[in-house]
Amino acid sequence: MTRAFKMLSFQASVLVACTLLLTVISDVVSAAPAPAPAASVSIANFTFKAQVLTVKPGTTVTWTNADDIPHTVTSTSGAFKSKVLDSGDKFSFTFAKAGQFGYYCALHPHMTGTVIVKA
Amino acid sequence: MLDDHNDDRRGFLKCMAWAGTGALFAFNGGIGSSIGLDAAIAAPRKMALAPFSFVQVSDSHIGFNKPPNADARATFREAIAKVKALPTRPDFIIHTGDVSQLSRDEEFDDAEQMLKEAGLPVFFVPGEHDMLDPEGGKAFLNRFGKGSQGAGWYSFDHRGVHFVALVNVADLKPGGMGNLGADQLKWLKDDLAGRPSSQPIVVFAHIPLWTVYAEWGWGTDDAAEALKLLARFGSVTVLNGHIHQITQKVEGRIAFHTARSTAFPQPVAGTAPSPGPLKVPAEQLRSMLGITDALFVRGHDRIALIDSTLSA
Repeated sequence: MTRAFKMLSFQASVLVACTLLLTVISDVVSAAPAPAPAASVSIANFTFKAQVLTVKPGTTVTWTNADDIPHTVTSTSGAFKSKVLDSGDKFSFTFAKAGQFGYYCALHPHMTGTVIVKA
Repeated sequence: MLDDHNDDRRGFLKCMAWAGTGALFAFNGGIGSSIGLDAAIAAPRKMALAPFSFVQVSDSHIGFNKPPNADARATFREAIAKVKALPTRPDFIIHTGDVSQLSRDEEFDDAEQMLKEAGLPVFFVPGEHDMLDPEGGKAFLNRFGKGSQGAGWYSFDHRGVHFVALVNVADLKPGGMGNLGADQLKWLKDDLAGRPSSQPIVVFAHIPLWTVYAEWGWGTDDAAEALKLLARFGSVTVLNGHIHQITQKVEGRIAFHTARSTAFPQPVAGTAPSPGPLKVPAEQLRSMLGITDALFVRGHDRIALIDSTLSA
């Protein structure tokens, strides 16, 4: 085994290591950004605003109770169900798939809303 | 007979001069009627005939601490003191729901302790605020619903009057109002079957059993089914809470009445953007909270309901 070969072998190892490292870094970089889509619904005056909300798949919707009275966000199909939301409390749900999701307040069932998820 | 009945109704309507915030229910064997507190005080002879009375308290919302009432415990305590100070000692108390604000143990504990101060039996029905524990009403039922059926309904007899406690806050349907459900209606049918039509009936439930204002959900979707079963009785009094103000009407031989809250008032139907708490000034609050006292007089023809306020 010559000294020159050993040198070459070392250089090759470094090259391989660097390539691997770059791959990892680029993976991390590409996974991180593209902020997840988000939308919000306020609960005020015993109504959901917006009453009908249209979002893209993957969107996280956050409801905030702005009333002095507790409310819930309860899916009619059972897809999601908040705990009771006292004044200022929030509830979030991420809609992964397309579809139409009706919901209501389990305390005041005349309060209804819909989230439409489409690409 | 029919004319007599109409006279009763006129008398009933004439007597709707509310003293303030509580109602006294006087049972005279017929339609429930309400008289002003002043009239009741001015007529002690009539009151003395009463074999019994009971009191309705409602919507104590223990735990509520926002405008217009930073301490719903304090106003509930005042309401209990008011019950204790009544000239005729009631046989028992009914609480028509929303005992708590958020169904928390400490809220139920405090309500129970304060009610104990009255030294009277208490009969409960849950409001929607009492159904908020993770198990959807178990906390309330374990404490206040012993011996009840389903979501907490039951009945009992007291001195010849049949009392029916209904639950219309369980399993509410999207877009709907209050709901009794098929199981409870079947139970009610069986419960009333075989009773003589002359037996006075008192029905109590949290949400009004007639539609006060559909836009705010102030009604019960399947109440008509229950009222059909009650229609043959000569004297039916329906006592509700939920809307934190006095409303009443007479339909056939059924008298409907809603009580004030002991915690906070709500707007008159349709007069505000929402039914949220009416934020009245502190000095006005107690004139809008109160109790309802019911007096039953045997051999007479109506029930007297007296509403009185915490400020009176």
